[in-house]
Amino acid sequence: MTRTTMKGLLLASSILGSAGLVQAQDATLTIESWRNDDLAIWQEKLIPAFEAKNPGIKVVFAPSAPTEYNAALNAKLDAGSAGDLITCRPFDASLELYNKKHLADLTGLSGMENFSDVAKSAWTTDDGKATFCVPMASVIHGFIYNKDAFDQLGLAIPATEEEFFAVLEKIKADGNYIPMAMGTKDLWEAATMGYQNIGPTYWKGEEGRLALLKGQQKLTDEPWVEPFRVLAKWKDYLGDGFEAQTYPDSQNLFTLGRAAIYPAGSWEISGFNTQAEFKMGAFPPPVKKAGDTCYISDHNDIGIGLNAKSKNADAAKTFLTWVASPEFAEIYANALPGFFSLNSTAVKMSDPLAQEFVSWREKCKPTIRSTYQILSRGTPNLENETWVMSANVINGTDTPEAAAKKLQDGLDSWFKPVK
Amino acid sequence: MKPRENLTDVSEIKRPRRWHILVFLLPALVVYTAVMILPLVETLRQSLYNTVDGQLTFVGLGNFKVLFGDPRWAADFWNALKNNFVFFLIHMAVQNPIGIALAAMLSVPKLRFGAFYRTAIFLPTLLSFVIVGFIWKLILSPIWGVAPFLLDSVGLRSLFAPWLGKPDTALIAVSLISVWQYVGIPMMLIYAALLNIPDEVTEAAELDGVTGWSQFWKIKLPLILPAIGIVSILTFVGNFNAFDLIYTVQGALAGPDKSTDILGTLLYRTFFGFQLQLGDRSMGATIAAIMFLIILAGVSLYLFGIQRRMRRYQF
Repeated sequence: MTRTTMKGLLLASSILGSAGLVQAQDATLTIESWRNDDLAIWQEKLIPAFEAKNPGIKVVFAPSAPTEYNAALNAKLDAGSAGDLITCRPFDASLELYNKKHLADLTGLSGMENFSDVAKSAWTTDDGKATFCVPMASVIHGFIYNKDAFDQLGLAIPATEEEFFAVLEKIKADGNYIPMAMGTKDLWEAATMGYQNIGPTYWKGEEGRLALLKGQQKLTDEPWVEPFRVLAKWKDYLGDGFEAQTYPDSQNLFTLGRAAIYPAGSWEISGFNTQAEFKMGAFPPPVKKAGDTCYISDHNDIGIGLNAKSKNADAAKTFLTWVASPEFAEIYANALPGFFSLNSTAVKMSDPLAQEFVSWREKCKPTIRSTYQILSRGTPNLENETWVMSANVINGTDTPEAAAKKLQDGLDSWFKPVK
Repeated sequence: MKPRENLTDVSEIKRPRRWHILVFLLPALVVYTAVMILPLVETLRQSLYNTVDGQLTFVGLGNFKVLFGDPRWAADFWNALKNNFVFFLIHMAVQNPIGIALAAMLSVPKLRFGAFYRTAIFLPTLLSFVIVGFIWKLILSPIWGVAPFLLDSVGLRSLFAPWLGKPDTALIAVSLISVWQYVGIPMMLIYAALLNIPDEVTEAAELDGVTGWSQFWKIKLPLILPAIGIVSILTFVGNFNAFDLIYTVQGALAGPDKSTDILGTLLYRTFFGFQLQLGDRSMGATIAAIMFLIILAGVSLYLFGIQRRMRRYQF
């Protein structure tokens, strides 16, 4: 009896004592992010895994709404009230933060050697000298389809543009399914899931993108207008009232089994896995003619950097080194199938849909979204304009040629080709 | 007796300074200066500055020249201003007449459940614009919406269109949502004005044989004109400052094809940036300054041009 009491006392004192110690050394790191969908994964998987290894450092994941993130973050950084760790948007948005000295230089951070130059390109200065965010993940565009619906209608996966529209026509003729779940209300679906998804096939990925940067091609050239022309044909296969269909509407239409094909980004995978009660498959953007090289948008999407004014810079660097480790890559890629690790160490993924997406990296040529690097530095902003124009083309407000001309005119007003 | 008292008053010219007036004014003055006047002055000042070679430099009216001279900025601005006027005109043409009509009906003495109607119609005004935006987006959704369902049930599905998604109907749809939300305010103000009309006046009118509609037009409407004036100016200021509902319903790009872009959303996008577009504080402040001037002009016009000429009746 006395013995157990003693044991209890000892146990209690040791726990309390150590708790006090931890409290004394605690550095609390706050992560700013737009990924509010990932809150549970950070709180349940990533943060505990890190805290178990690094007692004394506490991490808080504090996301805000995706569409408000950039504006809110800029305001917080200017006011000096932003968190220690900043989730980085790719390219210019983050580069601007680095140039304003809001993000610290992480070129020498241990763990940075785990990433290739391509992976780091989204968060490196134009001259390639400084890297300011640890790359976390990229996303791949393609189409997710309802396998049950395809089986039921006896459809094969389309490989070419012609087959793609034949499949859509068959689904429409059958009438049980909406051929494609996409709306134009939120604008960005049309641009991101539409134009940037199928576009690389026509402008030949990096080749066209770099030619655009160098001023050798224009947005009014055929490779850049043709995707608009194809998008305009999508109109007939979208659901009734697609003009007022929002992004969540599209997601729900597909996961409820009412639509057969969903123009997707791989980030949808984890959400769809929990929502959809049918089998799903994925196919890459169809090529123009059988045998053509396929191109995919494998877009560096998320990185994480250090607030230059952070009071816990050392603890934050410990955290960033961990983010750069294969251990983080493995937990992250499996917790969030569809966000593909940029780490040079190959990560095993268990999700079949994610495996399908990532397998395209081997047979297709990857590129990033055409509007992200350099081209969205000025006013009018090419990315935002592309949202508006892609929606206009699908809605029929503008012809493909007129839309392309408006984009090029806007770009011409400020953009000087990179030599 | 009286003159002498006055004399003593004059001899005691050293009246105690009335410090309490200052003390009572101070809190309001300090708070108002800190949260209204200073930011306003700062914004106006910032509209005269811009970043040149990384340095904040005084550029005079340079920002305004860009806003009105650059074809792209000007197109965005005039589009927003035009939409803002449409937004305002729809409020004036729909919200205020309905508000007056509702108030007139509520003030009918024989009306039953008057308090219930009053509360029910005023309630949306108290709701957050986020909720209003969200429920109307749902109601008008072509996929899950109540609107297409109800129209369908009476066989009029063909009348339904994805109003929020079409460039030619989106602005009207959003304006009407705003009207729905705020119709309670003109109703309440005019209702109060109607209640203020003394019974003697209406009784006298009745004795003279002026009843019903002609009583409303000839007796009541002239008496509530000052209230209608106040309602109009409140609508004007509210509409030209509007931002929230458009932002929640149509997003910061105010789609489709910028057809619902008003000055508030243009200011937001410019000042804070959106997605890949970075915030431009100087141009944002310039737009804010123009908005201030438009509202100032509107209010001055009302104060000096209309309110002074308005007849007031004393009972």
